[in-house]
Amino acid sequence: MSMHYFANPTRFTRLAERIQPWAEGLAGVLLVVGLYLALVEAPADYQQGDTVRIMFVHVPSAWMAMFCYSFLAVASAIALIWKHPLADLAAKASAPIGAGFTFLALVTGSLWGKPMWGTWWVWDARLTSVLILFFLYLGYMALWQAIEDGQKAAKAAAVLALVGAVNVPIIKFSVDWWNTLHQPASVLRMDGPAIHPSMLWPLLIMALAFKAYFVALLLVRMRMELNLRRIRALQLAERTT
Amino acid sequence: MGQFFEMGGYAGYVWPAFVIVLVVMAVLWVASRRGCRNSEHTLAALRKNRQQQGIDAQ
Amino acid sequence: MKPFMAVIARDLHLAVRQGGATFLALVFFLLTVTLFPLGIGPEPAILARIAPGVLWVAALLAAMLSLDRLFQADFEDGSLEQLTLSGLPLGAIVLAKTIAHWLTTGLPLLLAAPILAVLLNMDSEGFAALLLTMLIGTPALSLIGAIGAALTLTVRRGGVLLSLLVLPLYIPVLIFGVSAIDAAVHGLNAKPHVLLLTALTLAAIPLCPWAAAAAVKLSLE
Repeated sequence: MSMHYFANPTRFTRLAERIQPWAEGLAGVLLVVGLYLALVEAPADYQQGDTVRIMFVHVPSAWMAMFCYSFLAVASAIALIWKHPLADLAAKASAPIGAGFTFLALVTGSLWGKPMWGTWWVWDARLTSVLILFFLYLGYMALWQAIEDGQKAAKAAAVLALVGAVNVPIIKFSVDWWNTLHQPASVLRMDGPAIHPSMLWPLLIMALAFKAYFVALLLVRMRMELNLRRIRALQLAERTT
Repeated sequence: MGQFFEMGGYAGYVWPAFVIVLVVMAVLWVASRRGCRNSEHTLAALRKNRQQQGIDAQ
Repeated sequence: MKPFMAVIARDLHLAVRQGGATFLALVFFLLTVTLFPLGIGPEPAILARIAPGVLWVAALLAAMLSLDRLFQADFEDGSLEQLTLSGLPLGAIVLAKTIAHWLTTGLPLLLAAPILAVLLNMDSEGFAALLLTMLIGTPALSLIGAIGAALTLTVRRGGVLLSLLVLPLYIPVLIFGVSAIDAAVHGLNAKPHVLLLTALTLAAIPLCPWAAAAAVKLSLE
């Protein structure tokens, strides 16, 4: 069953409709369990107190921000190289999800930083990298919007995604570089202290919950993009007849 | 119970963080679902229109 | 080799004939640098501290604002398409045009930078690093910018979108460029920063024209 098996949109839609309820259910369950563990079960930290609970949404959001961009880049590569007809839709559909998690990583990072370091924003390596990643997402989405021809927009966005993907490690490296130059010896880590097992479970479950949510949301958005593409095709046909 | 809401004095940071996460996820979810449903309706209407005009086979 | 040089010569001719672009880039560079003392205050110690960053940011913005003339005019009057029929591969055409762009934008900025550094009271220790990093870094700005210019070719009023696409990609160049000058000013070793910057530019030379050509091809279809 090769990748092109799902190139058929109808087959994809049928599969998506079957998977979606499971993904939704899984996301819901994991979210409830994760939130309970994060807010109730996990112990407060010795130094950070209850603010360490923010880590349970901040770190998974940051992970999702990175994961979504990787997904977007891989889908774009598949679209450009193998010309899989659904790959560019997958990339387009995932972008707002990634941007959303990036935004959440920034906001929760800010809320975590204020009680810890006294300022609403701190230019540490991770937050700065996430901010730049946010710009990459916005640029990608803006490019899709700006180019009128759907097929050209898809290809241009794919090129941009790959250029961005190549740059993400470079940007991350350069920001880390910049940060160590300007940071005093004590490293401000937003990970918090070393992960204790009672911390690990809420973190992993929240991360999985976010992933399941991603799958469910991606399927919805892909179906929507597929419909929009068909609508545009029909409207184009009507204009030329 | 009070401890839970107080969050050791950090309630003003912890709760907004969790709330905004849930709000953003919910808004994205609702907007995407609505967008998908709208697109399905538009597509169905377009197809019905074409069928009535006898454009598409069957 | 001849057709490649011919494209560079052609673009240089057009730039000279139109005249405005280099002048505008330089004026913008000067103006932007001038805004900082006006905004922050003329205290020499503060200006000296921020000088490397201000110079690099201003040069970066000036380079970015000049990007739309890389492809736009040729695209609109059909000469871009003509060039592709010349037999030279599109990647080579893009590289040639990028070189011409650098000669008319990056190079003048590089030459103007030391003068503006004096205005900002930059430490004399930093001048060599300033020139070196600009020499190595401004080509990277043209190369990376070419990708953005190519992607936004068919977008009406694509200037702001171009900025959004290109500025995040410029950040590593900015970081390594400024940190090299800062290192030199503080008497530290600037070499690692310069080497990283060099690696960026060297990697950009084959990769950026390739990506930009793919984007140009889309617009020509």
